[in-house]
Amino acid sequence: MTLAARPGELAALSSLAAFAAGRRRQAVLAVVGVTLLCLVLAIVATGQGAVQIAPARVAEILMAKLSGQDELLTGRDALVVLNIRLPRVLLAMLIGAALAISGALMQGLFRNPLADPGLVGVSAGAGLAAATTIVLGDRLLAGTGFKLPFAALPVGAFCGGLVSTLALYLIATRQGRTSVATMLLAGVALGALAGSLTGLLAFISDDRQLRDLTFWSLGSLGGASWAKLVIVAPIVLPLLFAVPLLARGLNALMLGEAEAYHLGLPVQRIKGLAILLVALAVGASVATAGVIGFVGIVVPHLIRLAIGPDHRLLLPLSALGGATLLVGADIAARLIVAPAELPIGIVTAAVGAPFFLWLLLRRANHVDL
Amino acid sequence: MVGRNALLAPAARRVNRRELGAALALTLIAAIDLTSPASFVTRSFAQTPERIVAAGGVITEVLYALGLQDRLVGVDSTSQFPAEALKDKPNIGYVRALSAEGVLSLKPSLVMAITSAGPPDAISLLNEAGVRLARIPDDMSADGVVTKIEAIGAVAGAVEPARRLAAQTKARFDELATLRTALPAKRRVLFVLSLQNGRTMVGGRNSSADAIIDLAGGINAAAAVEGYKPMTDEAIIAAAPDAILMMRNSGNHDTATEALFALPAFSQTPAAAQRAHIVMDGLYLLGFGPRTPAAARDLMAALYPNVAIPPLKTAAAP
Repeated sequence: MTLAARPGELAALSSLAAFAAGRRRQAVLAVVGVTLLCLVLAIVATGQGAVQIAPARVAEILMAKLSGQDELLTGRDALVVLNIRLPRVLLAMLIGAALAISGALMQGLFRNPLADPGLVGVSAGAGLAAATTIVLGDRLLAGTGFKLPFAALPVGAFCGGLVSTLALYLIATRQGRTSVATMLLAGVALGALAGSLTGLLAFISDDRQLRDLTFWSLGSLGGASWAKLVIVAPIVLPLLFAVPLLARGLNALMLGEAEAYHLGLPVQRIKGLAILLVALAVGASVATAGVIGFVGIVVPHLIRLAIGPDHRLLLPLSALGGATLLVGADIAARLIVAPAELPIGIVTAAVGAPFFLWLLLRRANHVDL
Repeated sequence: MVGRNALLAPAARRVNRRELGAALALTLIAAIDLTSPASFVTRSFAQTPERIVAAGGVITEVLYALGLQDRLVGVDSTSQFPAEALKDKPNIGYVRALSAEGVLSLKPSLVMAITSAGPPDAISLLNEAGVRLARIPDDMSADGVVTKIEAIGAVAGAVEPARRLAAQTKARFDELATLRTALPAKRRVLFVLSLQNGRTMVGGRNSSADAIIDLAGGINAAAAVEGYKPMTDEAIIAAAPDAILMMRNSGNHDTATEALFALPAFSQTPAAAQRAHIVMDGLYLLGFGPRTPAAARDLMAALYPNVAIPPLKTAAAP
């Protein structure tokens, strides 16, 4: 599938390109800046934590691992760096990138700056499935002698996200055409329905399950492990590289759906693909880390403010920005109340909500997308 | 998610307020802990024979009762009795949302956790780290409390003191049972967990409140519901409680007796006619540790003011 605009085809697109060219300096700065920030934060995140380990010792452990000197990797420090922190930093980067790029994708698709992955019902569907596993899982298996498998919750959440997205897509698609407006409204309706069912489950849950539900819905990277990374990375990494292929299509969509269609773009395919990618990315991240709010909505806006609305830059930079934000937020979540740990959703929302308000106030006299 | 719900889904918004409340409470607890310099003091004592981290308030309570507090290097946020536990020891967070690295940072040689401690990821990481991990079942019954004390003592290497404390606790429970047999017709008790925006949250069957009411020789008036649930005004009237039991400082702002019985739901109950409003410390009442026989006895005395209920004779501490 080629989504690239043919040469000389679009006056509008080329003016957009010129607009982007005018921002090239800013873009280069942004790419270099965010990459550096992300690297610095990743290094800090690997070096810092509740367990005090000297930077030299961390470097020594990492070097020993890289050079295969496993005999140096015994003891608590090595376990903490290699099995707790490192997978956690990588998972934070993957999930942050997935959430932010999904947000950018949604905002482009809906041509609505308020869109975020939660809007298409992925989070709500995943949340409902997770609540079902937490509350009903043990009851359904009571007396059978089986215990709920460890992976039931993440797998359930992932499937819940996919199923709700599929339902939404089917509702919004008539005769091979997906109406983005119907999708938005149906997403709200399905989200409310899933929310109500989740509320019902919360009602019949016991105290223990209610606490689990609450903490799950606040998100945490605390469960990071190499095993989880091995499951999530093959889903998210290809997406991160596939999504930027939609950039030109999303740029054209900014002119309007009909216009993009008449320009010869496979609009329906772009929409379908975008929804599928978002469902996979968000489903995978919700399944591993619970619901982490605001990354999807805040990061693309920040990037757009810095480098403008060209999706060719916006999408990859959003991914990078999301990774940076989540690694940073996770450092805060781990360190603020150490040796305890804050749910990361609290940190991202605490940063995201004031920013979001500022954005709304700013939009009152200055519209940008 | 939070933002979307706040904008779009009123049904889900209520749930989020609760989440936010939990978040705020957690942040507050955490902030208090950080500002107290004492929370770092214990870290300098590295030469104690065993470094124990307790996950579960009742474990902390028993370890203090056994005089093992010097070995405790970390407690969870539910360890609110004795009060100095959270003041003196680093707080590892809520018992069901522990952080593996946080616990490891205290260099424990033994982690004692009630069975509901979690999340499973953190527990399995602790296992991987080679820390000795003991799970203590949190059973809310007289026998459960006795077994719990013995189990905690066995794991902590204080078998003999724990056996004494367990035997004393058992004797106190037995005394309580004798007191129960002397009671007249059992009275119906409604445990009200919270009264907010006209919504009454009560303790139904299989709740810790149900267990303590039973031990105190009462009948749970809310046995028709399971666990802690909201109850309608009509159902409260129909439940016809003889007494209303509440916790002190549980977000009820110590609801005054007059205000409580002025509420339509409560004004029609037998409890209102007798002004039977019992307020007790929540942890004392629902902790299910060594103090439970005394708590049940106090509840019994409040519940049957016309019966002479003597204090328990067996001594409370080993």
